[in-house]
Amino acid sequence: MPIHEKSLIRPENLHVQENIEVDGVDVSGHWSTFIESRVVTDYNEAIEEEIAALPGGEYIHRCWQCGSCTNSCTVNAINEDFNPRYWIYLIRMGMESELLRDKDIIWQCVSCNKCTYACPRDVFPEGVMKATAHWLELKGHTPRSHSTIFDDIFSEQVIETGKIEDGRTVRRFFKQTGQNLQQPWLIEMVKRMLRNLPLGLMTRMGLANFIKPRTSGWSGARDAIKEYVSEQEAHHRTALGLDDLVKMAETELEAGAAK
Amino acid sequence: MSEQKTKSKKEKYQEVAYYPGCALEGTGHAYNRSTKALGEELGLKLKEVDNWNCCGAMEVKNIDPKIQTYLSSRVMSIAANKMNMDVVMAPCNGCYHNLKKAEYDLENDDKSKEVVDRLSQKAGHETYQAGQVETIHALDWVKETIGEEGLKERVKNSLEGIKIANYYGCMYTRPRHIFPEKDAGPGTESTSKPHFMDDLLEAAGAENVDFPLKTACCGGAHTLSDSDTSTRLVSNILQTAEAAGAEVIATECPTCHSGLEMHQIRAEKTLGIKTNVKIIYFTQLLGMAMGLKPKKVGLHENVSDSFDFVKKKGLV
Repeated sequence: MPIHEKSLIRPENLHVQENIEVDGVDVSGHWSTFIESRVVTDYNEAIEEEIAALPGGEYIHRCWQCGSCTNSCTVNAINEDFNPRYWIYLIRMGMESELLRDKDIIWQCVSCNKCTYACPRDVFPEGVMKATAHWLELKGHTPRSHSTIFDDIFSEQVIETGKIEDGRTVRRFFKQTGQNLQQPWLIEMVKRMLRNLPLGLMTRMGLANFIKPRTSGWSGARDAIKEYVSEQEAHHRTALGLDDLVKMAETELEAGAAK
Repeated sequence: MSEQKTKSKKEKYQEVAYYPGCALEGTGHAYNRSTKALGEELGLKLKEVDNWNCCGAMEVKNIDPKIQTYLSSRVMSIAANKMNMDVVMAPCNGCYHNLKKAEYDLENDDKSKEVVDRLSQKAGHETYQAGQVETIHALDWVKETIGEEGLKERVKNSLEGIKIANYYGCMYTRPRHIFPEKDAGPGTESTSKPHFMDDLLEAAGAENVDFPLKTACCGGAHTLSDSDTSTRLVSNILQTAEAAGAEVIATECPTCHSGLEMHQIRAEKTLGIKTNVKIIYFTQLLGMAMGLKPKKVGLHENVSDSFDFVKKKGLV
């Protein structure tokens, strides 16, 4: 079993005993810090394949751990826990619980593609980050992130009408994520926006609330895209074994009810 | 066809299919207005793509990348098959990037070709074939048709005495493989140190400062869903531009532009970081240098107020 070196230095794995004696020797205090077990027993060998089955994750197997992705990463520069190189390692090793420690920040990838630019192995780490965030949500490890909610609202509008109107997307996003639109900085921005705007543009922006911009004759494209999306979703569910999980739960419930 | 290929870029780009995209009809309207006004002033023809649709932006690929490829391919298909154009010009980095990405995928990935063909047939239009059109950015458009020498001849209000940090963002240069024409020797654009905007503004008289964050990320993809991260990324860009001596950040992407404007205010309100650097589209700066009035280039549609600034600099 490999040593899981990262967790050695985490404070919660270091123990200092106030009063402890081993074979008649007093080993209390800081000079004799105890370290928690380093053995990893929770391998989940399916993770790599599951993430590779999601869009963006296809090339994760190419990684040789050079760290160019993390080194160039925009988000890593402001949060050192955001570590694509390490997550790719954990996924490929199947160290699920260690990966789950960071489950709430993986979605924060800003898609700047600096990693993809720097990667010598064409892993497309940006895609891997998206696939991993997607995997965490599909598996129920995390709730849908604000980013996913935004993507869904946005994509739904594009698929339905062919176009996007910013204002509507923003309002729906704030509503769905339970955020107040009346934020001081947002109010200030709208004020400054209106300061120099001529009436014509304001009217046009107002009208967009009622007359949605749309691509004409879009229904054929809409239906074709929707059909494709549902096929892909079914494909992802199978790849991640989600349907089997649901079936298992149902059987359990039925068995429980029979008793 | 062979005749087409021997045409120089200068000739080819005189009349292009114009793909404004959704942002330029909303928050980025100033960019739309200034691009059209600049084109008119320079004698370049824009034919808007007929009944266009969204390219997929930053969001649709997260549902499925191949839908984004399809959406972008539809725009190119209309330009090629309905309008008979061979160049599509997209001023928005997001649109430009997505059309380039679709072009690359349709050239190199059979699965993408298959999905796009299937969706196009069901939607009832011709499938776009790689190579039918060339997608260019507004920077390529001005650079190749008018160029630095042409701009110098046409300058009416020199940008002299204006210190500019040129900000290109992520989507204009990354990832490299979708931009085969970049990094291709002298005269071509660089993906690590882009300079087309620098070249054009310098030709109009501006003084470009040494700005290390030309291709840094503004967090535009998460501008609302992870505002704290975006605010930190943007304040870094704004503060660095000021430290480099810039009075203006010139932009060439509506997402970057509105992201900078929005988080300049948010940084002031939530982090107490106040910056005064002006945020102006390069098309607005060039337009004013060519003698267009600020309102003609949509300066009133910017959130960041630069009316007094351009007056002081003699651009009115």
